[in-house]
Amino acid sequence: MNEKAKAPAAEPKSRANQKKELPEHLKSYKHVWVMLELERGVVHPVSWELLGEGRKLADQLKVDLGAVVLGPPGGTDASVADAFAYGADVCYVVENPALVDYRNEPYTAVMTELVHKYQPEILLLGATNLGRDLAGSVATTLLTGLTADCTELAVDADGSLAATRPTFGGSLLCTIYTLNYRPQMATMRPRVAPMPLYQAGRTGRIVRHDVSLPEDDIITKILAFLPDGSTDKANLPYADIVVAGGLGMQNADNYLLVRQLADVLGGEWGGSRPLVQKGWISSDRQIGQTGKTIRPRLYIAAGISGAIQHRVGVEGADLIVAINTDKNAPIFDFAHVGIVADAALALPALTEAFRKRLSAAATRPAAE
Amino acid sequence: MAQEKFDAIVVGAGPSGNACAFSLATRGLKVLQLERGEYPGSKNVQGAILYADALEGLVGDFREDAPLERHIIEQRIWMMDDRSFCGAHYRSEDFNEDRPNRYTIIRAQFDKWFSRRVVQAGALLLCETTVVELIRDADGKVIGVRTDRDGDPIYADVVVLAEGVSGLVGARAGLRAVPPPDTVALAVKEMHFLPRETIEARFNLQGDEGVVIEAAGTITKGMTGTGFLYTNKESISIGIGCLISDFADQGQTPYGLLESFKAHPSIKPLLAGSEVKEYAAHMIPEGGYKAIPQLFGDGWLIVGDAGQFVNAVHREGSNLAMTTGRLAAETIADLKSRHAPPTAANLASYKARLDDSFVMKDLKKYKNLPGTLHNKHLFTTYPQLLSKAAQTWFRVDGLDKKSKENAIVKSFFQTRRLKGLIGDVLGMARAWR
Amino acid sequence: MHIVVCVKQVPDSAQIRVHPVTNTIMRQGVPTIINPYDLFSLEEALRLRDRHGGEVTVVTMGPPMADTALRKCLTFGADRAVLLTDRFFAGSDTLATSYALSFLIKKVSENWGAPDLIFCGKQTIDGDTAQVGPGVAKRLNLLQLTYVSKIESFDMEAREITVDRRAEGGIQVLKTKLPCLITMLEGTNDIRRGSIEDALRGARTEIITWNAAQAGITDLTLCGLRGSPTIVKKVFAPKPRDEKAFQIEVEGKSMSDISDALIAEIGKRQPVLERDMLKGAMSY
Ligand SMILES: Cc1cc2nc3c(=O)[nH]c(=O)nc-3n(C[C@H](O)[C@H](O)[C@H](O)COP(=O)(O)OP(=O)(O)OC[C@H]3O[C@@H](n4cnc5c(N)ncnc54)[C@H](O)[C@@H]3O)c2cc1C
Ligand SMILES: Cc1cc2nc3c(=O)[nH]c(=O)nc-3n(C[C@H](O)[C@H](O)[C@H](O)COP(=O)(O)OP(=O)(O)OC[C@H]3O[C@@H](n4cnc5c(N)ncnc54)[C@H](O)[C@@H]3O)c2cc1C
Ligand SMILES: Nc1ncnc2c1ncn2[C@@H]1O[C@H](COP(=O)(O)O)[C@@H](O)[C@H]1O
Repeated sequence: MNEKAKAPAAEPKSRANQKKELPEHLKSYKHVWVMLELERGVVHPVSWELLGEGRKLADQLKVDLGAVVLGPPGGTDASVADAFAYGADVCYVVENPALVDYRNEPYTAVMTELVHKYQPEILLLGATNLGRDLAGSVATTLLTGLTADCTELAVDADGSLAATRPTFGGSLLCTIYTLNYRPQMATMRPRVAPMPLYQAGRTGRIVRHDVSLPEDDIITKILAFLPDGSTDKANLPYADIVVAGGLGMQNADNYLLVRQLADVLGGEWGGSRPLVQKGWISSDRQIGQTGKTIRPRLYIAAGISGAIQHRVGVEGADLIVAINTDKNAPIFDFAHVGIVADAALALPALTEAFRKRLSAAATRPAAE
Repeated sequence: MAQEKFDAIVVGAGPSGNACAFSLATRGLKVLQLERGEYPGSKNVQGAILYADALEGLVGDFREDAPLERHIIEQRIWMMDDRSFCGAHYRSEDFNEDRPNRYTIIRAQFDKWFSRRVVQAGALLLCETTVVELIRDADGKVIGVRTDRDGDPIYADVVVLAEGVSGLVGARAGLRAVPPPDTVALAVKEMHFLPRETIEARFNLQGDEGVVIEAAGTITKGMTGTGFLYTNKESISIGIGCLISDFADQGQTPYGLLESFKAHPSIKPLLAGSEVKEYAAHMIPEGGYKAIPQLFGDGWLIVGDAGQFVNAVHREGSNLAMTTGRLAAETIADLKSRHAPPTAANLASYKARLDDSFVMKDLKKYKNLPGTLHNKHLFTTYPQLLSKAAQTWFRVDGLDKKSKENAIVKSFFQTRRLKGLIGDVLGMARAWR
Repeated sequence: MHIVVCVKQVPDSAQIRVHPVTNTIMRQGVPTIINPYDLFSLEEALRLRDRHGGEVTVVTMGPPMADTALRKCLTFGADRAVLLTDRFFAGSDTLATSYALSFLIKKVSENWGAPDLIFCGKQTIDGDTAQVGPGVAKRLNLLQLTYVSKIESFDMEAREITVDRRAEGGIQVLKTKLPCLITMLEGTNDIRRGSIEDALRGARTEIITWNAAQAGITDLTLCGLRGSPTIVKKVFAPKPRDEKAFQIEVEGKSMSDISDALIAEIGKRQPVLERDMLKGAMSY
């Protein structure tokens, strides 16, 4: 029933204050782990973001930060090096032909084996399709708690993981603990945390772990992988500049003004949820709690009211500019710069002004 | 399946349909109830007043688990002009009785609860199923319905139309006319969320006590209508309604009317800090006795709002709906037990039962009221005069009381002239009789 | 063929309100709906049944009121509905939920045959965890296919299924053996509208209701709050940002002046960004 998320009422409160008494066999669980999502030679950036968060937790707990790297034979070296550079102290490396692509069975088997053997107290994964598929299986196998889709991770005074996530359709946040079970597991959305610093040359300890995974024992087979055509696939979470429109754009035609500005700025375009429902944009361009979390250097929101579910997806932006006709729109509560104006007029003017500015720069010989 | 036949099909799961299906099912009849909404009450969003009596006659123990909001201990009647209200309040500890007489309810929840009881009683309920037409045999007798779902028609001995005022089945079949715009009010309503404690402090309430405000005056900008404010447990229902014909004539929008009602200096503080949850518009049949259509025929009956059973003066509707639904059911069950076919002649006893009940008696009493109320002065001139009079009276400004009285009387005569005044008073008195 | 579909009744989150002062949830009048993600799975199950024969059993664990969600599934054309309800389940987190559901499904298997496929929704709109599906699969020792966008082929004879699974950056085409657990991606189909016959049958079909004991659950310490390793320690509102947005002056100015002022303001606040922009060195 997931009453967790639903009913933080009287009863759990008393339980929340319960003293944590870890059973004897769990007291040896130490260290913070991050599972690296390595797919087709590339690590999903959320794993680096998690290493950044994991680093902070490990420092506070005065333990090591471990990265789990699973992949095909000879396919993990670059990722291991990067993991150290992003802050890992130890890499647990498992190489096996069965791990060439993600599949639930072998990955779950390997992850649970690693946990049993090396006993981390905290295990973090990305809240991606891979991370969620794997985390659910691993947590159930280990019979431990798992907090999904976190927006903030911390350790409190007694060293427990405090995992914060949206609840009740995003109108509130809740902090969840895992009592008396280890490891404490959580998944975190891409782009909620900043990228940590890349410290080139930083190294650490490598623990190689061998597993036997005969392909014949694995029932699920990958017949093909069809990469997304690069054509119209949005990459909102990792764009430097995002321009988005909301219902205030009035109609699908006006929404094109958003795209035009994004094009001039070399950025991505997106929108609030109602636009997806209206069919003005595809669902992979929805920004917010049930869409993408973005962390651009510049976010321009035109005709978006700034509902909480939208807000949580954009708060990580370095600079938020809002254009709205209503000076009391909630978006002005968290935007940095605001313009009270009709977006249908402001966007073309802004597009033109940027175009002039950028082309002037382009014709100038090597700026500075 | 095609051969299956029900004793009765009830179209609609509002108060009238539920009362009817409940009574039929408890009497052992095979009932099918069809509702177009996602669930009973999903389209009926009004926060409303429930009059216990009519429901008690059906579900004696309803207080045990029905979703009741607050029982009403205080009634306020306000005559408003743009800046003031002049009103009568009645509050009594007697209303804190064991079996309170009036409650505020939220229809979406209440209808759902009632419907659960109906299904428990043995009726078959299909939601998200709209009746599109009645089926008749060669003699014109109604023998079943066709719905918007794929598949065969469904047959029954009797079809009860509990489709509300805006239902189209009866009109489409030529059983009742679409009510003309000067007999139907359009009401708009919002729910405003407020913490329980705030409502209780603001209205001077304890526990589940509640207050209702009925308001008339310039808030309807000269149109025939009223505004209301009901306290629920954690919300306030506020709304305003006027005759559809008036909206058309005056070029007013219902929403604009509600906005200015909410902004009235006497109302605004009551809503301060609240969060609007939902906005809904619904029609109320207000034609009264004279607008009641033919209520029965070969194989069919009409109950509730579809039959114009609303007492606009006392703001009673759901109780009439439930009572008519119950009486229809009793008629059908009675015929069935006597193995009498549901012909128009036999179903005429429904009308006789109605005439015998408070439903027809009350509506008859006010049969001329709708026409009388259609008087602009009642909604503009008088409230202003009243307010002015009250102010003259209460303001202490050195003017002697005798002159004040004279000024008040004069203001009435000057504005409306003797003939108009007498006409209005007599008109009201006659309509009320 | 026998297919089990797990559905959950959830509050319509679009209508949830938060108490402005105490930050608690005002539940009053919040309607419940079938978790919308579950409908994609239910429709897929019904299509497979229509094509290959067999039965679809819908199950849920929840309060007694959850029977309305099951009833609705029956009117869509499901053949059977089972509700697992008991006060011991109150406060279940995903681990405890998957425990209860696994017993429920085992009991369903004993009564009406082992399922060839089990469907769950991708995630719920209240719990939003996407964990219960994988949890149920693990507890029943089943293979799992999550985020399925399409069932490519289904072979009862060979007991094989091939699906498209949404992964990061592309689609995995996966083939596995029955029985297995599937969660469907949203938008993959549209739930059907049952015929009047389906609707009547649905309204008539009895909803089978079991308590914990009837589902064969003996260890109640693994249920509900007691069986949930995670606990909610606090619920709170996001904190407001200290200052409101700096407003660009618009009164009496032309749009192009306003635009220039905005660009200047951006440059002032994010000089590095502006430089990169001018250099055309943006990553995306
Ligand atoms: C469970 C749940 C999850 C949700 N997830 C998301 C999510 O992931 N992402 C998301 O975005 N929403 C989400 N929502 C919806 C969210 O609550 C809001 O409804 C939505 O963000 C509002 O979109 P909007 O700002 O475009 O529209 P509105 O709220 O209607 O705002 C339109 C704005 O445009 C302004 N405007 C009007 N005309 C103009 C003009 N000419 N020029 C400039 N401004 C103008 C108005 O002043 C107003 O502020 C979710 C809701 C729920 C319940
Ligand atoms: C704003 C407002 C406030 C009110 N306040 C009060 C009050 O305080 N106290 C009071 O007693 N009364 C009040 N009333 C009046 C009261 O709501 C009605 O009198 C009562 O609801 C009538 O019940 P009914 O069952 O006849 O119709 P309805 O409640 O209208 O129910 C009709 C049902 O039939 C369904 N239906 C219609 N057509 C079809 C079809 N073709 N197929 C299937 N289903 C169909 C509809 O979806 C609906 O559920 C108020 C009305 C309004 C609009
Ligand atoms: N109480 C429950 N009863 C039946 N199925 C459930 C229940 N809770 C979750 N599920 C199923 O598990 C899926 C994922 O849920 P969640 O992990 O809560 O996001 C849902 O879409 C349902 O199919």
